[in-house]
Amino acid sequence: MSGFAQNTFNGLVSGAFYALLALGLAVIFGMLRVVNFAHGAFYMLGAFGAYVLLTEAGVPFWAALVIMPLALGLLGMALERAVIHRLTRLDPLYNFLLTFGLTLILQDLVKTRYGVQSSPYATPAALSGSVDFGLFDFPTYRVFILGFTVLLCVGVWWVLSRTRIGMVVRAATERPELTRAFGIDVGRWVTPVFGFGIGLAGLAGVLAAPMRAVNPLMGADLIIVVFAVVVIGGLGSIFGSVAAGFGIGLVQAWGESYLSDFPIVSQTIVFIVMAVVLLWRPAGLFGREEAPA
Amino acid sequence: MAAASAAVLLAAGCGGGGPASGGDEKLTGDKIVLGVLNDQSGAYSELSGKNSVKAVEMAIADFKAKYGDKAVTKDITVETADHQNKPDVANSKAAEMYDRKGADIILDVPTSSAALKVADVAKEKKKLYFNIGAATTDLTGKSCNKYTFHYAYDTYMLANGTGKTTTEQVGKNWYILYPNYAFGQDMEKSFSAAITKAGGQVVGKDGAPFPNTSGDYSTFLLKAPTLNPKPQVLGTMQAGAELVNVVKQYNEFKLRDKGIGLAVGLMFITDIHSLTPAALAGTTYTDAWYWNFDQQNRAFADRFQKETGTRPSFAHAANYSAAMQYLEAVQAAGTDDADTVVKGLEGKEINDVFLRNGKIRAEDHRVIHDAYLAQVKPQAEVTEPWDYVKVLKTIPAAEAFRAPSADCKM
Repeated sequence: MSGFAQNTFNGLVSGAFYALLALGLAVIFGMLRVVNFAHGAFYMLGAFGAYVLLTEAGVPFWAALVIMPLALGLLGMALERAVIHRLTRLDPLYNFLLTFGLTLILQDLVKTRYGVQSSPYATPAALSGSVDFGLFDFPTYRVFILGFTVLLCVGVWWVLSRTRIGMVVRAATERPELTRAFGIDVGRWVTPVFGFGIGLAGLAGVLAAPMRAVNPLMGADLIIVVFAVVVIGGLGSIFGSVAAGFGIGLVQAWGESYLSDFPIVSQTIVFIVMAVVLLWRPAGLFGREEAPA
Repeated sequence: MAAASAAVLLAAGCGGGGPASGGDEKLTGDKIVLGVLNDQSGAYSELSGKNSVKAVEMAIADFKAKYGDKAVTKDITVETADHQNKPDVANSKAAEMYDRKGADIILDVPTSSAALKVADVAKEKKKLYFNIGAATTDLTGKSCNKYTFHYAYDTYMLANGTGKTTTEQVGKNWYILYPNYAFGQDMEKSFSAAITKAGGQVVGKDGAPFPNTSGDYSTFLLKAPTLNPKPQVLGTMQAGAELVNVVKQYNEFKLRDKGIGLAVGLMFITDIHSLTPAALAGTTYTDAWYWNFDQQNRAFADRFQKETGTRPSFAHAANYSAAMQYLEAVQAAGTDDADTVVKGLEGKEINDVFLRNGKIRAEDHRVIHDAYLAQVKPQAEVTEPWDYVKVLKTIPAAEAFRAPSADCKM
């Protein structure tokens, strides 16, 4: 029983990272119709930024947790203005070429400066202990990640469902043409939303630094699963991406512990789930079929 | 008439000149070309990579300084290529090095699958190949051949050193975590055998996904303390960034405090540097060479640091040694003819900065030498950068490596 609870908890922690990344991808896709293949690179930049801030300037984890998402959000907005917005009129293939190319450039820039070996980043002292839950004890840092991510997702949900900005974003995501017809300037929200999505990726990166290997390829490994998460949740569905993120984290953790005698299944379980979901609901669990043009 | 006699003359000139110049020439093209084929941009580029090339260049400089005008040639060059850890790339780059770049020998080649491909190329082209970076014992087992030598380490050396000594000194019950692909499975088998032989037992073992895209190992780390009997040692066979993930999470779940020590299958000094000694304090592993082991090593490490700005991994020192020993063999033979050089190398006993009590075994071309059981120092005992390890014990060359395998047929 305590084993099951621990695995569940761990699944939710992994899921928290998927949810943060998938949420960013979902709002970006919803607003811009751009699939951002560079998302993993921004996650990596978040972690590396935290490392550089700590080693070069002595900036602690807590400050990095605020600085990096803001800095990367601004970088994202600049990139959106400079290149990303040009994609809207082009064939989707260019979307892939541009964002994947960006990934390679960012990865190699970091590689050139810091090499491929992982860089050290310690868990902040205040969170390095463990919390006793009676049945089992759990690293404080993981409890923090889970609590923080859940709060953040609730916060995003509140903004989207209760504020005027949220209303515009939701409307523009679902029916961009109709929203424009009501005289709402959708365009001015595109850049901030892109920056927001990138900021979330950077935030996930900072959170990952103490518990994952910080190296230039850390995002490239993770992003494959995140794309599966987004597809399962329904491309562009904000709620779907978060739910699928936590769900996939759970499926992976349970798969690893209860299907460990079938490594082939436990290693590919995310993609098995994705295939099944796509057969059953081609638009994903929470996605809606595009209305025929 | 005049044209015809000129043609005859020309033909005679060519026919007469050809064999004569070939016979005089002891070195093909009157030069020696050393090929370094390794990972220059990926996961192994720091522990070998461009700094392995630097080490080979250092060996060339030392060779020239040693022999001066008596050297077989002054024209010694290095060719390098990036195999990206891909067997097919390694295959074509190796063939290109031997055929088009005129390489007399290929050095390094990390990543077992790529290393085995290059062994086939060396055999086909009848050119020398000193493998340094790869771990698989197949290089001196079923894939062994006349032109291939395995220089620095292998899975048997790692398992025998760490598995045996840790079982005797730290604890008899092991839980083994390995990446589920060729290298990891090989390591798990070698470790299980060494542990059982030393009187220990493997109470649990799990193959983690490879590559582990989630980066999460908590399922396995949480399982370890619940096993019955409880393991005293966690043996992790992960390498590079995956090792970093395992160790970070091992510390997060405080397994050391729960009485489970850590033993690492394969670790380089560069890994300790990126994890920091604090994260690994007390961890035991087997090292093929350590830069601060004695004065001789340290002197080399100081020179290496001047060239590269960093301390050498054992792979760097082994590349230096391998290049040097190859040049010495050519010098002694007076030719770069592969068969002659191989004959000179077989059975040779060598002591140099990397090889201590070294010997090139004729039976399987395993280069045996002393290995070291090392332990990562607590942070408080680290007094200078990169000096992270104390050597607990020297494993004599004869014990460090396996006996020649029956699978090897030259």
